[in-house]
Amino acid sequence: MQQYVIKRIILFVPTVLLVTLIAFIVMAVLPGDPAIAILEGDGGGSYTAEDLEKLRKELGTDRNVFVQYGSWIGGVAKGDFGESLWFKSSVMTELGGRIPVTVELAVLATLLAVVVAVPLGIVSAIKPDSPLDYGSRIFTLIGIAVPNFLVAVMMILFLLKIFNWLPSLGYVNLWEDPVQNLSQMIFPALALALYEMAFIARVTRSSMMEIIREDYMRTARSKGLSEKVVLFRHGLKNAILPILTISGWQFGRLFGGTVVIETIFLIPGMGRILIEAVQHRDFPLIQAAIVIIGIAIVCINLLVDLLYGWLDPRIRYA
Amino acid sequence: MFADQTETGEVDILEANLRIKPKPKFHIAVYQNVIRFAKNKPLAFSGGVVLAAMIVIAFLTRYAGLAPYDPEQIGVASKFGGPGTDLILGTDQLGRDVLSRLMFGTWVSLKVGLLSTVIGISAGTIIGIFSAYMGGLFDLVVQRVVDSLMAFPPIILALGLMAALGASDRNVIIALIAILTPGATRVVRSQALSIKELDYTLAARAIGATAGRVVWKHILPNVMATYIVLITITVGFAIVVEAALSFLGVGVPPDVPTWGGMLQLGRKYIDVTSWLAVFPGIAIALVVFAVNFLGDGLRDVMDPKLRGR
Repeated sequence: MQQYVIKRIILFVPTVLLVTLIAFIVMAVLPGDPAIAILEGDGGGSYTAEDLEKLRKELGTDRNVFVQYGSWIGGVAKGDFGESLWFKSSVMTELGGRIPVTVELAVLATLLAVVVAVPLGIVSAIKPDSPLDYGSRIFTLIGIAVPNFLVAVMMILFLLKIFNWLPSLGYVNLWEDPVQNLSQMIFPALALALYEMAFIARVTRSSMMEIIREDYMRTARSKGLSEKVVLFRHGLKNAILPILTISGWQFGRLFGGTVVIETIFLIPGMGRILIEAVQHRDFPLIQAAIVIIGIAIVCINLLVDLLYGWLDPRIRYA
Repeated sequence: MFADQTETGEVDILEANLRIKPKPKFHIAVYQNVIRFAKNKPLAFSGGVVLAAMIVIAFLTRYAGLAPYDPEQIGVASKFGGPGTDLILGTDQLGRDVLSRLMFGTWVSLKVGLLSTVIGISAGTIIGIFSAYMGGLFDLVVQRVVDSLMAFPPIILALGLMAALGASDRNVIIALIAILTPGATRVVRSQALSIKELDYTLAARAIGATAGRVVWKHILPNVMATYIVLITITVGFAIVVEAALSFLGVGVPPDVPTWGGMLQLGRKYIDVTSWLAVFPGIAIALVVFAVNFLGDGLRDVMDPKLRGR
């Protein structure tokens, strides 16, 4: 196990560094001169050479690229992402308060997905080709294919047309008013979770179906254990590993989905500020959001890998 | 040696049989394969038909003026006209024809989706093959970069690239290529690695084939099935990402009609009329289902190893 952990962590460090490097290259090198990109906007606005010089100094792009990366990464290590161009304040104060909102949305979506998908997948696997199995497979097909922004818009449409009601869009702090918070977050979370739900249901079904055919399942039955014990202690315990891995990975991927969902449901999370930042070409803020999300996902993947190795000894020695 | 046996007559029949059933010509072989595909995978086949129809509509709209109105023409009929009032699919908030806009949106969606997928997957395939064949430091560096690029959720990376490059359909294609290439690299690399170890590749290298010949004659033909399957299963994703970016207002500029942009307008005016959201929604769902069904079917037929990806 120790060797496995060390091996994973050795792979982890360069990945994190590369993640920061990619974010840096995308935001600081690709636009050519970010200062010109900002001043011109999309339409090609007019500006003076003085403005350009001033903005270059402000952005720090008048320095060597390597020096820029060095000073930026030094700041990142201390949690300092510089100043936001649009909000005229520190990037961290702008982002800091929004991170918990997005995390809440992602956690809620993952919970919803797992709670619905795992039982659905198990029943589907135990009774293949039953009406429920067909229903669940159709649901899976739809859930994986239909993009989340379409799900969200259709959800709003249905609530509006059929129940003539909409949850008050926006966001109230979870600790201030839990009921209001949940009523606001449950629909966005559901729209976000649909893909994960379908995906996890499919993985659960196929993983459970594989396990059901194993010799030890037959042995457990033949020695007279009840069906419940066979299915849960012998079956699910073994089937849960791939489900866990997939859920972990999907949790990371959810941060991409939150961008769209937060915009539609007007939730002031990281995704929404990222869109605002992209629209105003607020490079430091975009850079920070990308790096934070990237590193968070690399960390989650590392945790999932370690957890997997801990739960399943076969992985460690492979 | 068979020539000696012609007296018995048996070989004649054999030869006659061989002559009666020559290898079918290429277009006939294609036709036969399509018929067999339609019989075995009706769902995937209908997906292919829908996609083909959309491509035809897109081209006719773009080059033959199939759309009934100019998609930008304001006040074709009264604002927020529902479907069937004056026009087939009604009008939007400026009185523009929804059907014409949808048809032009088809062009944008398919152009961006297909171009980015073909370029992205091709680039990934080439890099993957080289990475597998060369191994060593090159492989190590490529794999680390691929890992890091794949650490970002695709839409986040696309947003960053769109901010850096500016909103335009060309830049959406560039952003999509950057998203799609790493995944293809990883899949093709692992496949090329296993082909590299197979006996026939080894034999080719043993008799002195150059690296170029091994790659061209032995590895490339064997990853072609994966390549085609990857393209079909990725097109749907590319179309969805383009729609998402346009929906968020950072993809194709808003003055160009796109499905994503139209859906955004539908969302904005959802309490006035639901039709504006419904039609682009149907268009997006339709193309995504069609492509996914086709991709799944092709994958099952051509490359079952990719199942579950």
